[in-house]
Amino acid sequence: MARDTSVRPARDLTLPGSSPRRGRYSHLRHNYPTWFSGGALAVYGVFVLLPSLLGLGYSFTDWSAYSSDIHWVGLANFKAILDPNSAYLGAIVNTVIFTLATIILKTVIALALAVLLTSGVRRLAHLYRALIYLPALLPMVAVGIVFKSILDPDVGLLNSTLRAVGLGGLAQQWLTNVSLALWSVIGVDTWKGVGYIMVILIAGLLAIPREYYEAASIDGASGWQAFRHITLPLLRPVLAVTTVLNLLYALRVFDIVYVLTNGGPGHATDTVYTVIFDAFSLGQWGVATALSTVFLIVMVALGFVVLRVLRRPEVAQP
Amino acid sequence: MRTAMNPVRAVRATVNNLFASGAGLIAVVPIYLVLANALKTAADAASMNAEPPRDLQWGNIGAVIDQGNLGTAFFNSVLYSFGSMILAVLLAALAAYALARHRSRRHEIIYFLLIMGIAVPTNFVTLTKVMQLTHLIDTQIGIILVYAATQIPFDVLLIYAFVDSVPRELDEAAFIDGCSPIRTFFSIILPMLTPVLVTCGVLNILNVWNDFLTPLYLLGNSDNWPMTLSVYNFFGQYESNWAYISADVVLTILPVILIYVVAQRWILSGAFSGAVKG
Repeated sequence: MARDTSVRPARDLTLPGSSPRRGRYSHLRHNYPTWFSGGALAVYGVFVLLPSLLGLGYSFTDWSAYSSDIHWVGLANFKAILDPNSAYLGAIVNTVIFTLATIILKTVIALALAVLLTSGVRRLAHLYRALIYLPALLPMVAVGIVFKSILDPDVGLLNSTLRAVGLGGLAQQWLTNVSLALWSVIGVDTWKGVGYIMVILIAGLLAIPREYYEAASIDGASGWQAFRHITLPLLRPVLAVTTVLNLLYALRVFDIVYVLTNGGPGHATDTVYTVIFDAFSLGQWGVATALSTVFLIVMVALGFVVLRVLRRPEVAQP
Repeated sequence: MRTAMNPVRAVRATVNNLFASGAGLIAVVPIYLVLANALKTAADAASMNAEPPRDLQWGNIGAVIDQGNLGTAFFNSVLYSFGSMILAVLLAALAAYALARHRSRRHEIIYFLLIMGIAVPTNFVTLTKVMQLTHLIDTQIGIILVYAATQIPFDVLLIYAFVDSVPRELDEAAFIDGCSPIRTFFSIILPMLTPVLVTCGVLNILNVWNDFLTPLYLLGNSDNWPMTLSVYNFFGQYESNWAYISADVVLTILPVILIYVVAQRWILSGAFSGAVKG
């Protein structure tokens, strides 16, 4: 709106340094001081950023429990990590397998359950939702201990149930079979995590307007066609969020492996976090730090992608 | 009453209900299993089968609390989860408010640095070094600070998004009335942020209560152990007594289930709003 300049005072009364373009709150800037972020920055800086930065330096040293002297060793730690005969490379491969498998399994099962509980089932849908979500809230250590008994080859609930229904041939050494153990861990982790993803997907499904489906059914679309051409495209932003959450969790997996198999048999279920902990426990701090640093770089690179997804306005929640 | 259903739809509805109840059953069977075995004799619980207990061994609970030193562990878990939650939520709210209200270049950088912590993994190896240098290793205040540091990034993300829904006119009115920035924050803004603070608080408490890795690295003295570490240690000590192990597991998960029942609204609506808002 044009201002009436005729009554404008001879001298400009706006405060020095402020321009009218900044609007009427500009003189209130000092009311949102930077020091308000000081506490958060200090705590986060000392206990998250500082260790990460120190880690960059210590990665190139022979820092260990055995000697108080610390020497520069160049890339030796990184060479040890990439040595195909070491446990480290295998642990990285296992972590990638675990991550991909749990993302796919949790997303597919959670999506099926979410569709089932929003459109297939009317009665008790809220109860089922609450029950399926419950494991996601429990401490992983407790879950691991319980599944250690369930997966016991001799008396465990899984094998005894299989035998009781005549499927004894399927009974397995779930946690001690080298080619099976990682998949048992993946299975338990999926059991625990699927409810969380399902709850988020249910929210996403409920946000899709009913009218779209009504219009599609008038046009003669089948249930599958409606799912493929309405549900999936409209759910894509939510699926991006759940994938990010699954990814961030899976790459750091530790508790469930530590309790169920402790990385064994041999190194069959070792992950990045379990080998870092092992190296730490053995006092090989240089290698442990180098591996943490490699992991940090991967996570920061992924972080840029992740934050773009999480900062979208529709996301306000883990 | 609904009249005769199309038979195809009736079959489909039955199949759907079977699948849903099957999934619900798979989700609760392991939980039922520990509850049942927690109240059995050691001999009956040896195979961890799904039969209900013959006569209830309530004594298991007392024995486990006693021998597992669970009283101390429970107190520690409460202290760590609530202590770090209050610290993290308060610092995150203060930061998120100023950063969201005044979006200068400097504030944008600080905001980005803080929420980068959602992806940045903690380097526990060098963290122990920092804890030694600051004399915080194996102390309660030390682990509370570490937990607060790991919760702050997500809290900032959530609160920052919420601050925009609080009208700026409120702060302005307070400033005109002569309120200082800090007083405005505590008496005007903080109450308006309650919904998001409750969501953050519940999530923080659950995260810390369930965490196992941090105390494994940082706490050597068993007097400082939280529930997760103590149940794992108990599991190692009593490997053959599944009645005791089950009782210990039940006591570890019971508080979580109670929090879920009480705060279900915030836990679910929190997860819900995330996917829907926009």
